[in-house]
Amino acid sequence: MLIPYTIEARPDTGLNNAKLGIWLFLASEVMLFGALFSSYILLRVNDPAWPPGSEYLNWKLAMANTFVLIASSITVILSWGNFQLKNPKKGRMYLGITLLCAFIFLVIKYFEYSAKFQKGLFPSENTFLAIYFTLTGLHGLHVVGGIVVMIYFYGPGFKMWNTQPERFTNRIEVCGLYWHFVDLVWIFLFPVLYLL
Amino acid sequence: MDHSDTQAIEKNIRRAVMVFVILMVLTVVTVLAAQVDLGHTVNIVVALLIATVKGSLVAAYFMHLIDEKQVIYWVLILCAVFCVFMLGLLMFTNADGITL
Repeated sequence: MLIPYTIEARPDTGLNNAKLGIWLFLASEVMLFGALFSSYILLRVNDPAWPPGSEYLNWKLAMANTFVLIASSITVILSWGNFQLKNPKKGRMYLGITLLCAFIFLVIKYFEYSAKFQKGLFPSENTFLAIYFTLTGLHGLHVVGGIVVMIYFYGPGFKMWNTQPERFTNRIEVCGLYWHFVDLVWIFLFPVLYLL
Repeated sequence: MDHSDTQAIEKNIRRAVMVFVILMVLTVVTVLAAQVDLGHTVNIVVALLIATVKGSLVAAYFMHLIDEKQVIYWVLILCAVFCVFMLGLLMFTNADGITL
């Protein structure tokens, strides 16, 4: 079956279907994280003894993770740009670097979580840690989701470049849009949880 | 692909790299600002302002929303309206002062 509008734009929307699809998905993601951020605000304003993030959390590790995620955002753009410029070797290399950054993020997160668990700090400890683990855990799952997609494009999915390079380039763009969203969420999580 | 396409793509990449540098600097500014005691409320406002600027840069340039088709704007406007409604509803409920 031929899927329409994977490369060329639909005349009515001016977009290919993949792009419209990812934006609809991202809109639902905004609602998901929006609901959790709203919960955070409500919990915080109603708690007279809300602890500062630094009491439990290591902002230095989180800052390192912020740098890693922002770096991975630029490498995914460089990957897309190189595929657009018909330079698949470089495109794939930058996709690989993005993947590496995503793994580094998770490794740092692992150290952060395990330090909490060793001290006996679990989500059941208090409201702050409950919302911290919920928000960062859900964000971490999104990073894992991005890794799965990028591994596919780096590995078995890359063969599409040989038959339909433009469609493959669109896929990298759409993957990048998702990845930037993951970065954007972290940009808000970092100060809200760790610094304030 | 003609020459002007190549130039446009290269220009986009250069712009993204510039935004990347600004985002890195703003991350350091966020940390430094949080360590200065400006009063609890001001600290929160400053941190959220910087995060909003960073978030906007990511959305505008990395996600290239600055140069996008109208249908995407409508999807996001609808999404923003629902988000504000959701938060507003919660705030109104909270203002009732009902405690369990």
